[in-house]
Amino acid sequence: MATFEITTRSVRGDLKTDTMILNMGPQHPSTHGVLRLELVVDGEIIVDVIPHIGYLHRCFEKHAEQMTNYQQVIPYVDRMDYVAAMGNELAYVLAVEKLMGLEVPERVQYIRVIMAELQRIASHLLAVGTYGLDLGAFTPFLWCFREREKILDLFEITCGARLLYNYIWVGGLSHDLPSEFGKKLKDFLKTFPKALKEINDLLTFNKIFIDRTANIGVLPPDVAINYGCSGPMLRGSGVKFDLRKNEPYLVYDRFEFDVPVGEGKMGTVGDCWDRYYVRVREMEESLKIIEQAWEQLPPGDVHSAIPKKVRPPQGEVYFRTENPRGEIGFYIISDGHSASPFRVKARAPSFVNLSVLPEISRGYMIADLVAILGSVDIVLGEVDR
Amino acid sequence: MQASEIYERIKSKFEDAIVEFKADAIVEPYLEVKPDKVKDICEFLRDEPDLAFDYLMCLSGVDYGDGTLGVVYHIYSMKHGHRFVLKVKVSVNDPVVQSVESVWKSADWHEREAYDMFGIIFEGHPDLRRILMPYDWPEGSYPLRKDFQVPEFYNGMKVPY
Repeated sequence: MATFEITTRSVRGDLKTDTMILNMGPQHPSTHGVLRLELVVDGEIIVDVIPHIGYLHRCFEKHAEQMTNYQQVIPYVDRMDYVAAMGNELAYVLAVEKLMGLEVPERVQYIRVIMAELQRIASHLLAVGTYGLDLGAFTPFLWCFREREKILDLFEITCGARLLYNYIWVGGLSHDLPSEFGKKLKDFLKTFPKALKEINDLLTFNKIFIDRTANIGVLPPDVAINYGCSGPMLRGSGVKFDLRKNEPYLVYDRFEFDVPVGEGKMGTVGDCWDRYYVRVREMEESLKIIEQAWEQLPPGDVHSAIPKKVRPPQGEVYFRTENPRGEIGFYIISDGHSASPFRVKARAPSFVNLSVLPEISRGYMIADLVAILGSVDIVLGEVDR
Repeated sequence: MQASEIYERIKSKFEDAIVEFKADAIVEPYLEVKPDKVKDICEFLRDEPDLAFDYLMCLSGVDYGDGTLGVVYHIYSMKHGHRFVLKVKVSVNDPVVQSVESVWKSADWHEREAYDMFGIIFEGHPDLRRILMPYDWPEGSYPLRKDFQVPEFYNGMKVPY
């Protein structure tokens, strides 16, 4: 484990070395947005990190209360984790449906699974690509974006949007799959494993990359649970916990897939490389799910269950799903008579995962902090909401 | 373990801290407890081996609009796979709740957010300051309260501009 002993240099006279405060951000390229980190450093060694967030705060929760109905919240939800918008919609819509006790057709559920898993691959590709970029590898970033583009094309022919979809609606979907979707999806399923292998050869098992990430930012499993970490952050520490398996929603219990966890292959369990590699392997598992879901896809009407009015009964629900970044949850209170939610609280995975950053950065070098922050894979739109 | 069994366990230890248990609430049952006992109850829930609530899923502040604020704790046990909902309610004039930061570290930022948005004071929190709103946001102004009025000016800029 790479730890550095903090020593005080003996200097002539009564001169003393002291800790220094260094400002990183709010526009540092490695923060992937606007995040300010206040670093307390001793030379190059990090003594403490104090994250300052809120630069992208857009009052999502206040907006949700001011809407005229439940459906209007969906486009706002898209803008939270803007590189995994499908997953956000899914969590919000499932929460509202659970509150209403609404059953949706099987076809809708299968299409939702396919979309959510495609989104997971797209989001992880971005995470993997930008992580390489943070550590100085430019080429994998371009290769990842080339593959991600194919998924965005699939989304585009389905609902017309490439980033913010408003596709998953309460009770259904905005559009059924177009006729050419199947062929394009099969092309993607066929070519993607090869592309993933290329990325692995180029980045994952690259010696320089391993040296930068192995044994860095080690997060022990008990700390991860206590800090509420979820998603690849938690699984990277060796905790086999995935909501798709442990609390199955939609039709996830009908598919066969593994839950990859960190094994400490290149260093210690729970280091940056483990978190990174969990994402890579999750893409393979998502491929398996999409293949099975496409084979089982039943016919049906995706609009048949969409209610004219969304008026949940008086009550409240907390519903969580497995987003690419971890557990996204919506806590919705309905007062029973108005058409808009009384209170919506979003539990964003990046927000909770980021809070563990000081804990796993202490004692490492400033250059390692870039590796650690990249492995947490935050999206500031979701941290600040 | 079912919610009613968990409730019985809490009741046997903290009889006088319980305000209300609503078993038929939509969508899941919840237990309302007194705000000055919530930390002890949470510690009990975390440390008992057959309860083992080691994971705080979500901590939400709520303004009920009738002069009461609330905090809702959604907790989960990784070991046993069961969940539970705890609630506390406080008056808007004296919104003091015990902090559970020492029980689950994830409560740290969630409590700061609830303080920032609702002005709920978490007693025993090590670093209770604003998290999402800017540091120069007026003191005593909490945007997610139901009676919040959008200020006419912010830093000399007219709102809406």
